[in-house]
Amino acid sequence: MSIAAPIRVDLQLIADMVEPGGRALDVGCGDGSLLAYLVNFKRVDARGMELSQAGVNACVAGGLSVIQGDADTDLGDYPDNAFDYVILSQTLQATRDPREVLRQMLRVGKRAIVSFPNFAHWRVRLSLVFGGRMPETPSLPYKWYDTPNIHLCSIDDFRALCRDMGVRIERAIVLNSKSRPIHMPPLLANLFGEQAVFMLRR
Amino acid sequence: MLDDLTEAEGKALARCRYAVLGKDRPLRLDCGVELGPYRVAYQTYGTLNADKSNAILICHALTGDQFVAETHPVTAKEGWWESMVGPGKVLDPARYFIVCANVLGGCMGTTGPLARDPATNQPWNLRFPVVTIADMVRAQAALLDHLGIPDLFCVIGGSMGGMQVLEWAATYPKRVFSAVPIACAARHSAQNIAFHEVGRQAIMADPEWKGGDYRLHGTAPERGLAVARMTAHITYLSQAALQRKFGRNLQNRNALGFGFDADFQVESYLRHQGSTFVDRFDANSYLYITRAMDYFDLADAHGGVLAKAFSGTATRFCSISFTSDWLFPTPENRAIVHALNAAAANVSFVEIETDKGHDAFLLDEPEMFRTLSGFLQGAGSVRGLA
Repeated sequence: MSIAAPIRVDLQLIADMVEPGGRALDVGCGDGSLLAYLVNFKRVDARGMELSQAGVNACVAGGLSVIQGDADTDLGDYPDNAFDYVILSQTLQATRDPREVLRQMLRVGKRAIVSFPNFAHWRVRLSLVFGGRMPETPSLPYKWYDTPNIHLCSIDDFRALCRDMGVRIERAIVLNSKSRPIHMPPLLANLFGEQAVFMLRR
Repeated sequence: MLDDLTEAEGKALARCRYAVLGKDRPLRLDCGVELGPYRVAYQTYGTLNADKSNAILICHALTGDQFVAETHPVTAKEGWWESMVGPGKVLDPARYFIVCANVLGGCMGTTGPLARDPATNQPWNLRFPVVTIADMVRAQAALLDHLGIPDLFCVIGGSMGGMQVLEWAATYPKRVFSAVPIACAARHSAQNIAFHEVGRQAIMADPEWKGGDYRLHGTAPERGLAVARMTAHITYLSQAALQRKFGRNLQNRNALGFGFDADFQVESYLRHQGSTFVDRFDANSYLYITRAMDYFDLADAHGGVLAKAFSGTATRFCSISFTSDWLFPTPENRAIVHALNAAAANVSFVEIETDKGHDAFLLDEPEMFRTLSGFLQGAGSVRGLA
């Protein structure tokens, strides 16, 4: 449990949003690197949920509290306000019902932290408009026929959904293709941002 | 309390420790009977540390016993969980103080139907009160009190042992820092009750059973008990494992015998399982312990809502199931995890891919060992175990 390896930049941004000492659920926790960081460096009581059984087993063998589960179906088990934060990184676009997943996250957690690839990034736009092909970019590296991403959205789409659901956006960080935060007006951020991290509150 | 022992009990008690409990305060059983005094036979490995924070209780399964990690005094075979417990193993006596007690109703030294009713000085036999998983756990808690162990770093067990783990976590949450229920369920399913009933009927249909008073008649329902074991043993394996191990291979012959000897290897194997079982296990005890499993329904005492059994728990859980286990299949284990989630408990859940069926928890399953050492390492660092 002495994991000190640096974590992905977007995960680091998420970790920085989490106050120390609280309780967090990382939905789609993958190899558990964010969980391990939260446990070791933020003293967070962090739990994980992961779809792949192999990923779960590796996390548990690493001393992390992780269960096999599906964001679309298994968030319903948890009671209201069970966590200070419910985190969903790079997974929202792969859920069957993103709106319901968001609603559940904000029921189970006092805050939700969501990161997702921006489908309105200029590279994506160019690929479709001039290339005439479904976009393949570093953050969307799949063919149209094998992508797990069935509900892609732009940063502005996501803001609109939050408005629609009456969800408060406490923080929004837009990252460029080098995973560095960029500070631009929304119209430009939606063009130059490759991904975004939002912290939401009911 | 040591008079009138069976040969197996005598050998067992000569090789383990035991405590006579309930002399002043009898054990109040779920059926309403007050039992006392009663004997609990147990074995320990390792040493309790100065702050008493490294105790692990292992709960054994239906036909297991306290001889976890040493040559068995009756069968001379290796301990039933030597793959898990021992120097350099996941449960290392150099690190933990490990306790395992024969369950109430058992036949390896703890009080059960073989004992005498102190009120009448007659053997209990079928007059022994029906015990439950909760009663077994109460007896274990009394043993821990006797040993001066305030709380457990971990309580762990598979199958019926897993049921006891769940009962421990629900009944004594403050005494359980971490809990590992393996290949079990929060309630016994209709199919599992059905298999137990077949086993019990086989015992009771044996003319030598004599209404449970076989020892008074100098008989033993060995054929009935062997058939019960054969049936149960099938449920511990999987279709794939049986096929892989035996297929349609013939036993010591080149052609079908056109009779009812053990033509097939699988028949011979089951007969061997049955006949060796009767040397170490008591038929009445088998009736009582299977009944305890049948009666187990943890949600029942909580208005049918399993999550309520765990509400507010601070225990860290690690639940493990096996893909080919059809006795306690993954959905049964997952139901426990869902309930723990509903209680916002700290829980890990791992399903392990294997074709070895229910018995996988007793076997060399590297992924189970990896999972458990990771879980115990994580729990240990929170607990402050060096």
